Amino acid sequence: MSDSTTTTKTQPLIFQPKPERAAPPSTVGVIGWMRENLFSSVSNTLMTIVGAYIVYTFLSAVLGWAVFNAVWQAEDRRECLDLVGRSGACWPGVIQWFDNLIYGLYPKDQLWRINFGFLALILWVAPLWIKRVQSKVAIGITAVMLYPFLASYFFLGGEKGIIWTVLISAGLTGLIWVWLTTFTEIRSGKSFTRTMGEMLGASGKSEEEQLKFGRLSLIGVFAISMLLVSQWELSFVSTRQWGGLFLTLVISGIGITFSMPSGILLALGRRSTMPLIRLLCTGFIELFRSVPLITILFMFNTMLPLFLPVGVEVNQLLRAIVAVCLFAAAYMAEVIRGGLQAIPKGQYEAAAAMGLGYWQATALIIMPQALKIMIPTIVGNFIGLFKDTTLVSIIGLFDLLNMARSVGEDSRWLGLFIEPFFFITLIYFFFCFLMSQYSINLERKLEAGARR
Amino acid sequence: MSTDTIEQTVASAKQSGRKMIELVGMNKWYGNFQVLKDIDLTVYEGERIVVCGPSGSGKSTMIRCINQLEIHQEGNVIVNGKAYGKDEKQNDLIRRDIGMVFQSFNLFPHLSVLENCTMAQIWVKETPKAEAEAVAMHFLERVRIPEQALKYPLQLSGGQQQRVAIARALCMNPKIMLFDEPTSALDPEMINEVLEAMIELAKSGMTMIVVTHEMNFARKVADRVIFMDQGEIVEQAPPHEFFDNPRYDRTQLFLSQILHH
Repeated sequence: MSDSTTTTKTQPLIFQPKPERAAPPSTVGVIGWMRENLFSSVSNTLMTIVGAYIVYTFLSAVLGWAVFNAVWQAEDRRECLDLVGRSGACWPGVIQWFDNLIYGLYPKDQLWRINFGFLALILWVAPLWIKRVQSKVAIGITAVMLYPFLASYFFLGGEKGIIWTVLISAGLTGLIWVWLTTFTEIRSGKSFTRTMGEMLGASGKSEEEQLKFGRLSLIGVFAISMLLVSQWELSFVSTRQWGGLFLTLVISGIGITFSMPSGILLALGRRSTMPLIRLLCTGFIELFRSVPLITILFMFNTMLPLFLPVGVEVNQLLRAIVAVCLFAAAYMAEVIRGGLQAIPKGQYEAAAAMGLGYWQATALIIMPQALKIMIPTIVGNFIGLFKDTTLVSIIGLFDLLNMARSVGEDSRWLGLFIEPFFFITLIYFFFCFLMSQYSINLERKLEAGARR
Repeated sequence: MSTDTIEQTVASAKQSGRKMIELVGMNKWYGNFQVLKDIDLTVYEGERIVVCGPSGSGKSTMIRCINQLEIHQEGNVIVNGKAYGKDEKQNDLIRRDIGMVFQSFNLFPHLSVLENCTMAQIWVKETPKAEAEAVAMHFLERVRIPEQALKYPLQLSGGQQQRVAIARALCMNPKIMLFDEPTSALDPEMINEVLEAMIELAKSGMTMIVVTHEMNFARKVADRVIFMDQGEIVEQAPPHEFFDNPRYDRTQLFLSQILHH
């Protein structure tokens, strides 16, 4: 370039940056934001005003009915109607039925068992959100494998034979272990078994041997919980008395928990190279996906007993749960297959070239990526399943929806339908919103690590 | 680079004369289409072989048969004295002697660079985690990116990713390294850093089979260059002979096309 030679010879001009000025006040802050987003043109201003009016009328109507005009204390619906007519909600009906909406017809003096059962679950999984805890996988697996035994005894109670005692004790052992290991990991960064191993086999033994001692201490914990469990006496509560939010959570919780592993297996089976397995999995998925859930529930409820030998009776709740589980598994399988489809072939090849076997490659390389892609869809499925459990009301189970309906059939609150439905709407919204927020949270967390 | 050391290792390899890979009468079909026709090839320990040829000539398929990413239908593939057979466990053991580097890197995007390198050590060889990490860092240093160990693959440039892929394969302590067009997916300015890592590896005496169109690399490093077309090995010769004095018309045509464009 000929220019450069001339410019390098002359004295360079000195660049002096201008001082910064404050932005015009009409473009920043609340006023600036409103100007830009709400009142940027005549038509936008009109839209804003109309929109605000619509929101105002809607909210004032709802709040007026639900809060300002509402009756909070009354003996029956007649009294409500005399006080405010239909212009205000009649909450006493919902308040009186509150326990039933949440717990169904569970005996009043036993309600603590349900609370304890769910508290145990919360305690079990809470360490997953503690940063310093390392055995998160083990905690997750025990929650799925062992918690159900503990919970089912809390909820069902009754006679327990030796086998049940052992299983329930295993459940209790799991819960105790989770917190022991959480404590030791927070304090010293070492798992419970390792800590115990160091304490018990301290003098100059190899790490392996110490771990053996540590595992022995788990047997100690098991023995203690065995002792505790055998002393426990909880009265039997038939599943007929289960209902309300409790029943909804039990059915959807089991459905959701079951759908993940079985969906993964079905999806893998459908992509298997073994024709028989592929055929079976495809058949199962297509069959359950092409039939409405109501039909499946009816089938399991009315037709299954016909196929079973005389005298064998399967609990109605169990039939519903099995139906929901199979349905959910079929749907989840297709979601996960979608995720698997998105993983490039090179990932399988790289895993194979590294010497990883099929199950190792699937568990360590393929599934984590496939599940991550599908988180929004998976959680969407969970939310759908949670709401679909309302269909069990059709086969006569008193889930949250059915319970809400029976409020209006109570002679004292005859015709009181809107208020209980409004109430359970809030409950459903709470749980679904929680799930969707959690999924967004999870996506952000995983995204932060693996992308630019 | 000092060509002396390479020639010394070549000499020692040929003296030892141990066969690392033998392909004997190997045939492969995709459906009715024959991709490999009567492939016979012997690779000795420490030998470095460059495979070239037009696209669709079966070069990738051939080296993918060596670690059985593709299964051949006829003939034998013998690695380090052991032939692949029906016994999958045995096949997995044979495969452990072979490392592979792909055109599209195929790093695991959900794992950090370090985890990419330790994963197979921990799960396949059951190496304790601390030891696996030490091995991984050793090889990441050899390909000159130890400082990227905690990043994720997608945060790295193509050249860096490919070097991680080389380190990852080396972590399994393979006796043979296969390279399937390792520089074809790279921007031109990144090709050299990958080639340098490969040259370094060649100096250490690793048995290597490289499918590539980097003819300068072939000239510098290869003991033998193989030219394939339509599923056959057309010609094989030491690089100077191959480039300066190719015997077949097909080879001459191919070379004139890739060298004078």
